[in-house]
Amino acid sequence: MEIGYYPGCSLEGTAKEFDKSLKEVLKVLDVNLKEIEDWSCCGASSAHSAGNTLAVALPARNLKLADDQGLKEIVAPCAACFNRLVTAKHELKFDESMRIKVEKLLEEKTSFNADIYNILQLFQKIGMEKIKENVKINLKNLKVACYYGCLLVRPNDIIQFDDTENPLSMEEIVMASGAQPVNWNFKTECCGASLSIVHTGIVEKLSKQIMDNAILHKADIIAVACPMCHSNLDMRQLNIKKDYPGHKEIPVVYISELVGLALGIDPAKLGLNSHFIDPMKVLNSAITEEAAI
Amino acid sequence: MKIGVFVCYCGENIGRTVDCAAVAKELSAYPGVAHAEAYKYMCSDPGQNLIKQAIKEKNLDAVVVGSCSPHMHEKTFRKACASAGVNPYMVEIANLREHCSWIHDDIPSATAKAIDLVRIAVEKVKYNEPLQTIQVPVTKRALVIGGGIAGIQSALDIANAGFPVVLVEKEPSIGGHMSQLSETFPTLDCSQCILTPRMVEVYQHSNITLLTYSEVEKVEGFIGNFKVTVRKKARSVKDEVCTGCGLCVQNCPIKKKAQSEFDESLTTRPAIYVPFPQAVPNIPVIDRSVCTYYKTGKCQMCKKVCGREAIDFDQQDTFLTFDIGAIIAATGYKLYKIDKKPEGHIYKGYGEYGYGELKDVIDGLQFERIASASGPTSGEILRPSDKKEPKKVVFVQCVGSRDESKGFSYCSKICCMYTAKHAMLYKHKVHDGEAYVFYMDIRSNGKGYDEFVRRAIEEDGVKYIRGRVSKIYEENGKYIVKGEDTIAGVRMEIDADMVVLATAMIPQPENSKVAQLLGIPYDKHGFMQEVHPKLRPVETSTGGIFLAGACHSPRDIPESVSMASAAAAKAMVLFGSDILEREPVVAKVEASTCAGCFYCQKVCAYSAIERKEIRDRQGNLIKVVAYVNAGLCQGCGTCNATCPSKSVELIGFRDEQIFAEIQSLSGF
Amino acid sequence: MSQHNYDPILQEIIEITGKDPAKCYQCGKCSAGCPIRDYEDVPPNRVIRYIQLGMYDKALSSSTIWMCAGCLTCSSRCPNDFEPAKLMDALRQIAIKKNIQPADKKVQKFHRAFLDQIKANGRSYELGLVAEYKLLTGALMQDVDVAPTMFLKGKIGILPNRIKNKDKVRKIFKNFEEEGK
Repeated sequence: MEIGYYPGCSLEGTAKEFDKSLKEVLKVLDVNLKEIEDWSCCGASSAHSAGNTLAVALPARNLKLADDQGLKEIVAPCAACFNRLVTAKHELKFDESMRIKVEKLLEEKTSFNADIYNILQLFQKIGMEKIKENVKINLKNLKVACYYGCLLVRPNDIIQFDDTENPLSMEEIVMASGAQPVNWNFKTECCGASLSIVHTGIVEKLSKQIMDNAILHKADIIAVACPMCHSNLDMRQLNIKKDYPGHKEIPVVYISELVGLALGIDPAKLGLNSHFIDPMKVLNSAITEEAAI
Repeated sequence: MKIGVFVCYCGENIGRTVDCAAVAKELSAYPGVAHAEAYKYMCSDPGQNLIKQAIKEKNLDAVVVGSCSPHMHEKTFRKACASAGVNPYMVEIANLREHCSWIHDDIPSATAKAIDLVRIAVEKVKYNEPLQTIQVPVTKRALVIGGGIAGIQSALDIANAGFPVVLVEKEPSIGGHMSQLSETFPTLDCSQCILTPRMVEVYQHSNITLLTYSEVEKVEGFIGNFKVTVRKKARSVKDEVCTGCGLCVQNCPIKKKAQSEFDESLTTRPAIYVPFPQAVPNIPVIDRSVCTYYKTGKCQMCKKVCGREAIDFDQQDTFLTFDIGAIIAATGYKLYKIDKKPEGHIYKGYGEYGYGELKDVIDGLQFERIASASGPTSGEILRPSDKKEPKKVVFVQCVGSRDESKGFSYCSKICCMYTAKHAMLYKHKVHDGEAYVFYMDIRSNGKGYDEFVRRAIEEDGVKYIRGRVSKIYEENGKYIVKGEDTIAGVRMEIDADMVVLATAMIPQPENSKVAQLLGIPYDKHGFMQEVHPKLRPVETSTGGIFLAGACHSPRDIPESVSMASAAAAKAMVLFGSDILEREPVVAKVEASTCAGCFYCQKVCAYSAIERKEIRDRQGNLIKVVAYVNAGLCQGCGTCNATCPSKSVELIGFRDEQIFAEIQSLSGF
Repeated sequence: MSQHNYDPILQEIIEITGKDPAKCYQCGKCSAGCPIRDYEDVPPNRVIRYIQLGMYDKALSSSTIWMCAGCLTCSSRCPNDFEPAKLMDALRQIAIKKNIQPADKKVQKFHRAFLDQIKANGRSYELGLVAEYKLLTGALMQDVDVAPTMFLKGKIGILPNRIKNKDKVRKIFKNFEEEGK
């Protein structure tokens, strides 16, 4: 299977493990990624704070590039990029006056035929069966809290993916990888998102609430599918430990890292050594000796 | 033909814009017009007397009145003329108000238009025929569909007036939701105590044929002359011999398979069961979907213990047909469930409140069963999950109601009142308990209702928080309720032991099916539609069919009872005469030119077109033609417009009459 | 939608958001679910109320419109399909246009720094973003603790990753600024 690839700015930098692990996993699962040539930033949350037309124009450029490069489907692992691309496509498709304004900004016609998938949808397309048949490491003792964050499941009428209140698509993938998802209450609660730099204190508080709930429900690790979520829960956890003495540490992994681990890929190749909170201790203790299949 | 023209000033309504005197003057010289005059208020007694006098003096054959819309006074003028000896259908109305004075400003052109309108009416009336009303007999028997409080009330009213009633209820017992309630607002009367006497009265009434566990299968006919087929579903118990001793129910080995509908799934019931102890009739029913005998052929425990040989496993559904004159639909409501709905469903369910999977997040009827002395907890307030007494209960109003996004746009009317009642009942039973109500508005507009809610707040200490709840989730046996008080502008987070949701009141799912059987309209939510929201709230657009209770719209018990009596009164108006007079303005098929294509039948909204065989003297079939059932026909004229061979006429609006108007208007 | 021809600010809000604030019946569900509730000065439902009452200054000078994290919890649960998050976006845009001092200056500067990076490079450049943010806000100690680790783990590029057609992206920004005039 071949699919277009829109990594987004963070997958090149702060979320490098996401990119690395995804590429390793897709190698095993026979998926060829074709990166959109010369893609540019989608604008994330800053663009729609500045203006609606800019917020649609920046993703629109990339949608056109995908069409021009013959890519019928693209996967955008970053939840924010995914959300912006899908929303932009929706606006261009259904709001004629917006499309005209955006074409003025781009100084060219728009084109938005490609289907956009997030990483969970990509795994769904690959199929749980394919993941299952490639599993090499037994993760059945690993309890995983699946954290979706905000932008993967909202706004439901535009994204039309899973359920806004109780999504289960990531749990399906975790189960296909052999691990145990836990039932918990903060699946779609906000971590503070882009307030990370400006209001780090708020992000720490919100992230801690999420992590505490995952621990309360006996999770060993948290799985995420968004670089922002990962950054707030992982990078900021160092400070959370300082600001909240007694905080129970919990590692945070990307869903692609988790799947990669189950597929027997070397953790270093997956980027599992680049986290701020080292997940290897928890992961290793969950993988028993007889676990190698 | 001698035609009289009467132009009404209608006070200022017409007179301000139309020069009525000029209109009368212009028409007085018109061929065929023997008398023309204008008057201030034609519909008044003196006005009508002018018409009657002119008829007598000038020997008029027909009358044209230039006045307000025929909807207003066509009947008035027809009656006046009839009393003076002119056939009422030789009267035509020219609408000089809604069609002229009310929509124009310029007096000269309005007057000219008024002259045109009166003139073409004169031309039309020249082709009018003196029609007679159609007389149909009336069967003085009523059908009431639904045995809740509304259906019971209607049935008793009609039966007590001496008319026979057939009451059909789909559940094994009558009583409806009122039988599930613990106490009713605002008096806190025990619900079953006030209801069961009525139920027994229905059962024992000599004029009421009670058919429970039955559904209406087919409705044919028209007002005063319906033919209704009722399917009596097989109880698997012979109701003629069963004494209601209850041995079968006690001995049924299947105790836990089926959810009790009466207890709103808080308990289970056996395969053979009586829904509740005070059920009327007190005859059990076998739920064949869970009964072992129907699944494997084994176990006949109920049959073994029955001393009357009342169990009949082979019993089949039976069909009964009745001649009915009036039908009252009283099919009631159910509560919206917040479960996740399947993909593509128009409603979504409330995930933020747990999709119905949180055990102690219950709805209003479930709380009623818990509070009820005959309920699963014998009236003690114990929560479903661990049967412990909750010390903090949160009540959330408007779940599904007033919610265009996920639910229903309307207000369910009763929730503010029953939530106050629930909170009060809880506080009366759990003295050290805390009750919180999250509300948007308080709608308590019945007699004593507002005082009732104030009592909950002031005397029983229920804490009312103005704001909606964003999310409810469970943590360690407690339910975290995340809300807001918008008046103080503060976040309100409560860790409750139990949460009661006031879910929306929606029509029974069969409502639309019953409406279709009856041929009456229903709205997008499934509520049955009245013919006029202000002045005819219990009648439907189909003659002889009336509405009672919550099948029409959310309402409480007194309103349902009032509506039921109103519907009964309407039915009894029909029964008040032996003959029903119907408007003769109906369609008529000219059989000689009818080709039998039946396009008219396809477009008739009232199922009034029938097939008629034309045979020769030897009985050979020549052709099958369309035939209008004058009783069902509403005179809409659609068939007349559709017929390709012009074989259907609308009497009173025949082609000649319409062409005469057009010809006069166009000056041809 | 109701006719509000006489009120230009309201008209603009309706145009940007595509929704009419008259739809909000102040139930408070948005405020009840807002993750930033304890940190903003005006609860979201009250911001909408200020708009309904025509008290635009009170809304535009709140910290709420800046601190909104865009999590869309409010928009996804609103019973009237109103979108408070979109309204916050609109009010931010209007505040910038009207040169109203943001109650929370730091958020606005962050967004500006972010967009400046995209304008310059076509893609986000973390070092540049943080540097500009610190310059604009004086938050010099911001993230000084995590920076070394980020470098060591190769998570921050020292140099910006400039795309080939960055002038095309600059053009979008230029045209956007023109549009705003």
